[in-house]
Amino acid sequence: MDNTLDLAAIQTALEKSSAKVEALINSYVDKKEQLISLLQDIQAEFDYLPQETLVKISRTLDIPLSQVFSVATFFQSFSLKPRGRHTITVCLGTACHVKGGQRLVDKISRDYKIGPGETTQDERFTLETANCLGCCALGPVVVVDGKYEGHMTPDKLDKILKKYE
Amino acid sequence: MVEQVRKLLDRKLKNVQELEQFQQTILKDKDSSQVTVSVCGGTGCRASGAQDVVDAFSEEIEKRELQVKIDFKETGCHGFCERGPVVVIGPKKIFYQHVKPEDVPEIISETVLNGKVVPRLLYTDPATEKQITHESDVPFYARQMRLIMGTNGEIDPTEIAQYIAAGGYSALAKVFQQMNPDKIINEITKSGLRGRGGGGFPTGRKWQSCRTAEGDTKYVICNADEGDPGAYPDRSILEGNPHSIIEGMIIGAYAIGAHQGIIYVRNEYPLAVEHARTAIDQATDYGLLGENILGSGFDFRITINKGGGAFVCGESSALIASLEGKVGEPKAKYTHMSERGLWDEPSLLNNVKTWANVPLIINKGADWYSKIGTAGSKGTMIFSLVGKINNSGLVEVPMGITLREMIYDIGGGIPGGKKFKAVQTGGPSGGCIPEDYLDTPVDFDELTKLGSMMGSGGMIVMDEDTCMVDVARYFIDFLKGESCGKCTPCREGLATLSEILNRITHGEGKMEDLQTMEDIGEILKIGALCALGRTATNPVSSTLKYFKDEYVAHIKDKKCPAGVCRELIEYEIDTDKCTGCGVCARACSTGAITGEKREPHVINKGLCIKCGACFDVCKFDAVVKH
Repeated sequence: MDNTLDLAAIQTALEKSSAKVEALINSYVDKKEQLISLLQDIQAEFDYLPQETLVKISRTLDIPLSQVFSVATFFQSFSLKPRGRHTITVCLGTACHVKGGQRLVDKISRDYKIGPGETTQDERFTLETANCLGCCALGPVVVVDGKYEGHMTPDKLDKILKKYE
Repeated sequence: MVEQVRKLLDRKLKNVQELEQFQQTILKDKDSSQVTVSVCGGTGCRASGAQDVVDAFSEEIEKRELQVKIDFKETGCHGFCERGPVVVIGPKKIFYQHVKPEDVPEIISETVLNGKVVPRLLYTDPATEKQITHESDVPFYARQMRLIMGTNGEIDPTEIAQYIAAGGYSALAKVFQQMNPDKIINEITKSGLRGRGGGGFPTGRKWQSCRTAEGDTKYVICNADEGDPGAYPDRSILEGNPHSIIEGMIIGAYAIGAHQGIIYVRNEYPLAVEHARTAIDQATDYGLLGENILGSGFDFRITINKGGGAFVCGESSALIASLEGKVGEPKAKYTHMSERGLWDEPSLLNNVKTWANVPLIINKGADWYSKIGTAGSKGTMIFSLVGKINNSGLVEVPMGITLREMIYDIGGGIPGGKKFKAVQTGGPSGGCIPEDYLDTPVDFDELTKLGSMMGSGGMIVMDEDTCMVDVARYFIDFLKGESCGKCTPCREGLATLSEILNRITHGEGKMEDLQTMEDIGEILKIGALCALGRTATNPVSSTLKYFKDEYVAHIKDKKCPAGVCRELIEYEIDTDKCTGCGVCARACSTGAITGEKREPHVINKGLCIKCGACFDVCKFDAVVKH
């Protein structure tokens, strides 16, 4: 992950940032200990954490940017990059691993030229891996845009992904 | 109906008597001629299409105007996820598996209205090849003791009245009527309940030290950050029976004198978050949370915090850091959480399963509870029995059952006639147990003796096609990624272990690596800051202890006996078996397979990336891996 901040771009984006985000951040003024929850709300809005929102949080809630940034990069569920139109999550929990979960990641990486955490150039797919989705009895499991698909094979996955444009 | 009853009351339940009256009114008004239809709506069954089945039932019931005749509900997880979507039809509990929306009209016409079974939807016991009609006769369920999971299949988790009708909140009523905090803690201590999150610390002792700890504010926290890959009991309970957790937490809070509770739940469990939130809102509406609960004068509120997806946050001090809005890094524990936890105040942190046991113990008594289990481990434990096993799903068993009974009697053995190799318990902090120890009784102490641990309930079965070196590498890579990086032994130790194991699985290992790994393991055990690092060596040390020959094969022979490690295997086509159908050539993404039609094909090893696609698609077993 590219963890550097482009300050000039951030400044421009900040000036354009929406009233909605502002209201959201303002609603946390008295509860800045709930930083993770705020970041989750912002991610729910944009599907990732735009860098200017991190700066805005830091300024509005008076939390050092370093702390906002460290939390945003520490937890796996946050993304600092925009995602593609469709998100593919491959579960790599133990049960899925022994049943061939890694082969599904390899297959996607080969076919779409993306590694875990990356997005295809045409912004069609973002590939993510999960530590465990808790559907172990159905392993290996893949989730595409929130839809769970159990007992997956590279061949079946290929057919499923073709349906997403 | 139930909603109407409550509206008649038009107020919160003011005291225990009103709660009891409310329960009796629901039960009295229940139409005993109604047929219950429960569709499992847990995440597992939803992944198999349960939502469509639920919709089909709703439509069909409305179309045929059967609302009065059928008590239809979407329940939490029934446990037998492998067979989902699961539908159970009461009162005899006819068990249907792999139900599809198109089966629904027939289920209603035949089973619900005429009492006849639909044979094609029944479970067939592979051992006897006999079809089984009732849930309790299915071997997967027959050997279980579902004290906690049982309620999951009975109630709609989004409807508090159903939990109350099933006896819910009666433990809380008992507490307010008959027990003071000391008596509650005494009962929990006497029951022998130990923490179900993995540590196995005596729950009563934890409660006692939190009660006596000095602090202005105390907190009660439910740890639902179920990070162990391969374990999902916590998710299923929170999804399927959230009120049992809330009830347990209220009792715990009352016992230690806390007024604020937090459920810390994984972000990866959206349905559990949704159900917990609904349950908290409903309990608040009913006066079971908030001010002056049931007229007792006791106030207690619960909020939900979603975790950010970090395994280390299952560790208590890291969890607290994350609750305080900081990076989830553990702290050195000079004082215990129960004395100085969240915001440096006394905090009572228990796992989901531990909380779920509390109402049960209060209702039935410590004497009853402590009769279940072994000398040192009481009650039941919920495992996710998954991996290379026929009947996979969630199983609740009394402590002391043997691994063999779990794997063969409940789990139905290994699929495809393959040979059992190991069972992995305890998640990344646990170890792999070989066949020689299958008669070991499952409890906290026995699993620890074998170099594994109980953990949070993961039980992953591995067969002859699982490479134990690869499993060790998998866990170490997992832990390396999840190590917070704060302490050097864990950060550097895991990076080095990962480098060594990756080298071995690539066929570049040296025999002295084995000793180096043991040495690093020793350093981690004594030097790491938290349990993540201190137990991180278990997957390596247990596989080294029980499966050393596999390491040696990788290092000396440059072979992976299980055929998993890609750099050490080769694919070849058996020309005697190959029919020249060409399926493998079409499946090959690198064009490595060539051959004339109806003539044996060949693999160009220079082009082969060993993805195994040809092996998967060949119907004649002509592609061989060695």
